[in-house]
Amino acid sequence: MPLTGAQTDTSLISLRDVGIGFAGRQVLSSVSLDLRRAEILTLIGPNGAGKTTLIKLALGLLEPQSGKIVRAPGINIGYVPQNLTVDAILPLTVGRFLTLAVKAGRQRVMEMLDMMGVERLYHSQVQAISGGELRRVLLARALLRDVDLLVLDEPMQGVDVVGQADLYRLLGRIRDERGCGILLVSHDLHLVMAATDQVVCLDHHICCQGAPASVSRDPEFLRIFGAEAARQLAVYAHDLSHDHTHAHDHEHGHDHGSEGEGR
Amino acid sequence: MEPFLLRAVLAGIGVAVVAAPLGSFIVWRRMAYFGDALSHAALLGVALGFATGISVNFGILGVCLAFALFLTALGAQRRLAQDTLLGIMAHSTLSLGLVVLALLQTMQVDLLSYLFGDILAVGTQDLYWIVGGGLVMLGLLAWIWRPLLAITVHEDLARVEGVPVARVKLVFMLMIAFVIAMAMKIVGVVLITSLLIIPAAAARRMARTPEGMAFGAVAVGVLSVLVGIGASLLVDVPTGPMIVVSAAGLFLISLALPQRA
Repeated sequence: MPLTGAQTDTSLISLRDVGIGFAGRQVLSSVSLDLRRAEILTLIGPNGAGKTTLIKLALGLLEPQSGKIVRAPGINIGYVPQNLTVDAILPLTVGRFLTLAVKAGRQRVMEMLDMMGVERLYHSQVQAISGGELRRVLLARALLRDVDLLVLDEPMQGVDVVGQADLYRLLGRIRDERGCGILLVSHDLHLVMAATDQVVCLDHHICCQGAPASVSRDPEFLRIFGAEAARQLAVYAHDLSHDHTHAHDHEHGHDHGSEGEGR
Repeated sequence: MEPFLLRAVLAGIGVAVVAAPLGSFIVWRRMAYFGDALSHAALLGVALGFATGISVNFGILGVCLAFALFLTALGAQRRLAQDTLLGIMAHSTLSLGLVVLALLQTMQVDLLSYLFGDILAVGTQDLYWIVGGGLVMLGLLAWIWRPLLAITVHEDLARVEGVPVARVKLVFMLMIAFVIAMAMKIVGVVLITSLLIIPAAAARRMARTPEGMAFGAVAVGVLSVLVGIGASLLVDVPTGPMIVVSAAGLFLISLALPQRA
């Protein structure tokens, strides 16, 4: 779907000077950020930096104690939580899981699973699939609702390196094809930048933010993650900016190929 | 068939049909102990129903609703673990009920029938309660089925997707309270939870979807009622416990079946 300029310019969600604390401990203070359509924003930061809290604020699961959060009116928000542990006593196929949020016919469910590359899981029990497969199934559930904003909490956890690269490519495709804004949390710096437009480095407040390349040179970033990590990140950002168009073309070619095989 | 027997069979089936799908949710949401505590509290409802002269059914409903709301409020504080809280409340309300009943010595109250049920004594009035109430319950359950299932799988995800979580959970709590009031006559305070939980657990291995498990639970529940009533007539043993024994037997048999999913 082509996007008009006006749509691309407006923020899906903006946080203005947001602060929140629990039991007398300030977790986040004066956090401001903007996420626009067709943009991927990655939150990085040490353990306990408030990343998950920020995610919950964006989702509306928590209310800020100071500042304000503005969401574009009428947007659909999709959520891919960090874990989803379904008790063994609850029998639940992937197909049924997808229709818990919205009514949808089998064909549409299959279409979404196919887009995520996991259509073979339709009859599988949710408990029996791997971490990477679960993320794709959760993405399919979100996309079934035609989301404008996708929020993912540590989507790479429990996914092997190859799977992580695939998942990032998939997120890039969702951004390109659907014009979603994507907000995600990540721990590790490897691969983080593969499809990221904006990096926000968080440690209770925003230490630095911007394009991957600029963040990796920021002294605040160096203080938290160390010079070695910054070098890796810079290399990645550099490589990717070179490779971006190639990777993109390749991805498209691959898509057509797999579609052809399917028919 | 003798009229009393027909009433017993219909009442038993009526309760089983409602208890089984609701019990599936209790099992999925790990609320077995909650159901147990609530049914113990129901005896206080019986006592208050007698003491005030208002109907026993309303007494049970009132106490169960108050219990559920009180627990939600206390649970929000998170000072005490849920099972500790339930343990305290289950047995203090049960004891309070026994104390109040003892104080009403002037009245003849058949305590045993409230503790273990008296399905063969089900009257026409009771049957109306069970059928009418049961239909309302099934309607409500169909209405909250999808959102309640979504909450059961992942509460935050359901909230983000727009499910009114607090409202759905409240309706579910009220329904449990109502089913306990319904089932009291059949199996009594002590055994109600088994009618909710055992059919659901027995249906697990055969099911691939939540709906499949709920329908399987209905089948197990109805079968338990029929076998229980039949067996209790044949060998002259109390019917309520015999229904539970039948359900437990079906559960054991289900363990021998191959797991479908």
